[in-house]
Amino acid sequence: MTTLEALHLRKDYRVRGSGWRAARLQAVDDVSIIVRPGETVALVGESGSGKSTIAKMLVRLVDATSGTVTLDGETIGQGRRATKRYRSRVQMVFQDPFSSLNPALTIRHQLTRPLRIHGIVHSAAEEERELLRLMESVNLSPAKTILAKYPHELSGGQRQRVAIARALAPRPEVLIADEPVSMLDVSIRLEILQLLNDLKLERNLAVLYITHDLATARHFSSQIVVMRSGRVVERGPSDAVILNPVHPYTQFLVRAAPDPKSAPWIVDPNRHLGHPEVVVSTENLELTEENTSVHWVRSWDDDAAVNTMLASLASAQTS
Amino acid sequence: MSQPLLSINNLTVQYQVATPVTAVNDVSLYIDPGEIYGLAGESGCGKSTLAYAVTRLLQPPAAITGGSIEWTASDDSRIDILRLDGETLRTFRWEEIAMVFQGAMNALNPVHTIGSQIADVFKDHGTRMTRAERTARAAELLRTVGIDDKRLKSYPHELSGGMRQRVMIAMALALRPRLIVMDEPTTALDVVVQRNILEEINRLRGEFGFAVLFITHDLGLLLEISDRIGIMLTGRLVEQGTPHALQNSPQHDYTQHLLNSFPSLRGDLPLTGTRYVAGGSR
Repeated sequence: MTTLEALHLRKDYRVRGSGWRAARLQAVDDVSIIVRPGETVALVGESGSGKSTIAKMLVRLVDATSGTVTLDGETIGQGRRATKRYRSRVQMVFQDPFSSLNPALTIRHQLTRPLRIHGIVHSAAEEERELLRLMESVNLSPAKTILAKYPHELSGGQRQRVAIARALAPRPEVLIADEPVSMLDVSIRLEILQLLNDLKLERNLAVLYITHDLATARHFSSQIVVMRSGRVVERGPSDAVILNPVHPYTQFLVRAAPDPKSAPWIVDPNRHLGHPEVVVSTENLELTEENTSVHWVRSWDDDAAVNTMLASLASAQTS
Repeated sequence: MSQPLLSINNLTVQYQVATPVTAVNDVSLYIDPGEIYGLAGESGCGKSTLAYAVTRLLQPPAAITGGSIEWTASDDSRIDILRLDGETLRTFRWEEIAMVFQGAMNALNPVHTIGSQIADVFKDHGTRMTRAERTARAAELLRTVGIDDKRLKSYPHELSGGMRQRVMIAMALALRPRLIVMDEPTTALDVVVQRNILEEINRLRGEFGFAVLFITHDLGLLLEISDRIGIMLTGRLVEQGTPHALQNSPQHDYTQHLLNSFPSLRGDLPLTGTRYVAGGSR
């Protein structure tokens, strides 16, 4: 199956500066991600950190300013036909199932479209079979009844299942899930995440799970990549990043996340000193397929925002 | 002494449509002065309807069909909230109970500045203040919630989600109410901003001594911040207790289900997500 390699992605937006100058906003600044088949990589960070821009670049909804995206080492060209071919291999599940499904069309229609467009089915009987199979794979039953319904007749969880089925229709090898559960009730989030996890195992999918919920990121992925203002600040195996966060920003995230079952995290900027196996550097880790499990942290000496954060914490602790 | 600030007795609210829906069914609870009462439940369980009933904001077809809501005024006299009307209701809202609505994104008027919206509160509630005094007080409120008072001249779209939410909280604080109803105040925000706002609410509560009715579907959050928690399921309050009690000995299956529905960040795994089915498991 397919490994998704996105290397040195960069995205600049032109924003209106004050006066006559157009300013540049670096939404994504030299981010590399490798997702292997059967593996989930979690991309975490606060809103505005560039997570969704990466997702959009990976499904080609937004053009990268620079950087390469390859599937199994193969670069797929630009242009409509190549993009269609690319998208049949990389699909996305969007955040909001209330707006990502067309309210005027039945579920059947929304699931049939990708099947026809990507040439998965060639006859009516085949189509019917494939639709039922998709519905079954996302545990939506009774399939026939739900296929005839409109999105507004379904609950949030059901809609997100439809959105997942739609993403699976072209039989992709890579699935990008951009905050797939943040709009859903807490009580059904785990169900949907488990569904994604089962599908990953069943179909050997490479999954990029974008979220700001650290707890589910830890439990449903093997690698975590933490972003802040367009840059990767920390990356490594999930348990290492969450149980032993080193970058002050990651520590802040861990401290901020509600976790009534354990004691509050204490931010310590010198944590890396006690863990020599953690790589701290200003240079981005040169990612290759082998070394994705290194626990890497961007050093923060030159980062004014992080130093302000630490200072505010120090004053809060002394006062 | 020790009268509860707000007591809700056997409250029932119905949406009177073709087939009436009972959104809140025989709910009784009380809130003490200065307490944070957390109300948890999934969408459609009636928690927002309950909040709207307390602030008397229900619109037809919703109607309160039974029960009572009583309020203890600052002179210890009891007020029946359901009997308030007209001018008394208008002054009661915001002066006694303020509300922070879900989705701060949409609760502010996009064509007025933040400053004028806060100042409006003073104008409408007959405080004899000059324009300059109102502006000064609005600036002070913004500083209280940690926003630079230069922002008085900003329009809502110029602020981030977290800042707009803080502005909403500042407005709710304007007349020093004794209860603030917060309906999913942090749902649309990310964890860091959420934590900031929760710390802010807690600090302000220490300063002003108001009580909070905090409504959310995120039980994990409530367990950390509340003094007492109520769990709602399909219109009924199925369990109440301190966070400690709920966590250690949940009485109702549904509470257990909710507790199982979020993984602990640094604790051990897992947890299997299952759908709650009343009266048994699948």
